[in-house]
Amino acid sequence: MASLKELKGRINSVKSTQKITKAKQMVAAAKLRKAQAAAEAARPYASRLAEVMGSLAAKVAGQDNGPLLMRGTGSDQRHLLVVVNTDKGLCGGLNSNIVKEAKLQARALEAAGKTVTFYLVGKKGRAPIKRDFPNAIAAGFDTSTVRTPGFDEAAAIAQELLAMFEAGKFDVAHLVAPKFKSALAQDPVTTQIIPVPAPTKIVVIDAVVEYEPGEEEILEELLPRYVTTQIFGALLEREASEQGASMTAMDNATRNAGELINKLTIQYNRSRQAAITTELIEIIAGAEAL
Amino acid sequence: MSLHFELVTPARLVRSEEVHMVVVPGTDGEFGVLEGHAPFMSTVKDGAIKVYKAAGAAPEEIKVQGGFAEVSAKGLTVLAEHVEG
Repeated sequence: MASLKELKGRINSVKSTQKITKAKQMVAAAKLRKAQAAAEAARPYASRLAEVMGSLAAKVAGQDNGPLLMRGTGSDQRHLLVVVNTDKGLCGGLNSNIVKEAKLQARALEAAGKTVTFYLVGKKGRAPIKRDFPNAIAAGFDTSTVRTPGFDEAAAIAQELLAMFEAGKFDVAHLVAPKFKSALAQDPVTTQIIPVPAPTKIVVIDAVVEYEPGEEEILEELLPRYVTTQIFGALLEREASEQGASMTAMDNATRNAGELINKLTIQYNRSRQAAITTELIEIIAGAEAL
Repeated sequence: MSLHFELVTPARLVRSEEVHMVVVPGTDGEFGVLEGHAPFMSTVKDGAIKVYKAAGAAPEEIKVQGGFAEVSAKGLTVLAEHVEG
């Protein structure tokens, strides 16, 4: 049995761990609210852009000479997986879930005879993906240098991806990112970003719309922006997911620490009592012997 | 007798209001949008959007960078990448 002093030390160390997890939980809860608000504020732009895309795509659809970003390179041999992970840990199974989804997609594509490369956003995905696909990581983007990744970071990522696409480094790009459902559930989802998938909901406008400069020029400028918006959305979702997962994980950790403290305190009191009883017996036995 | 004007950036919905007229700096030249304008779509260059709250009122200028303007039956929607102020 551990000595009284050892037990006391353990109780104190668990107590300070609990303080840390509790603080992290409260910080995450406060940040979650902010991240959720930011994600909501970005929605109007995304939905408007999708609407404009829809009406334009309906016009250009069916033409063979559409922009490269829309019709693709004509092959689907080389795939790029853009995996969005968080930069910090302490958020439960979020990152391992994202990595699991990315690996699942990669395996499925490889089984179909395609080649797969990775583009990693965020720190936490690097090590586990590198372990399984040591030679497949093409590039990455570090978001840990800024406090909250915003539109500028999304634009930088999109620019790099588009440059890679134009240089012919890949044919199809998929985005693997967490989708924030609630503080308890964040599911990683995979969506195709390049070539830009034709919108499912095609808005038919009866009136004749005038375009300035021309439909194709507008579409050409719109498509990169659409990719950027997708990535921006993923970054915002990631932020909300990270805080949500962190809050839940830290809540559990705090509760577990509390249970451990209770257990250790009971053990500590028992051994203390046992020590007192032994001492008493020794004194009484000594007195009787006289 | 008013135009529904919306200005949206990736970060937030900046404006959503009823105005008299908006002058937008299009890539092929500035254009003014009043109520009942024909459906129209244009790219926007860096510059200032002038918002006239009422006829004859002094315009309010909003500096924008890069984006699109769409005029539909619903009104004018400007999607800008950056908005100053």
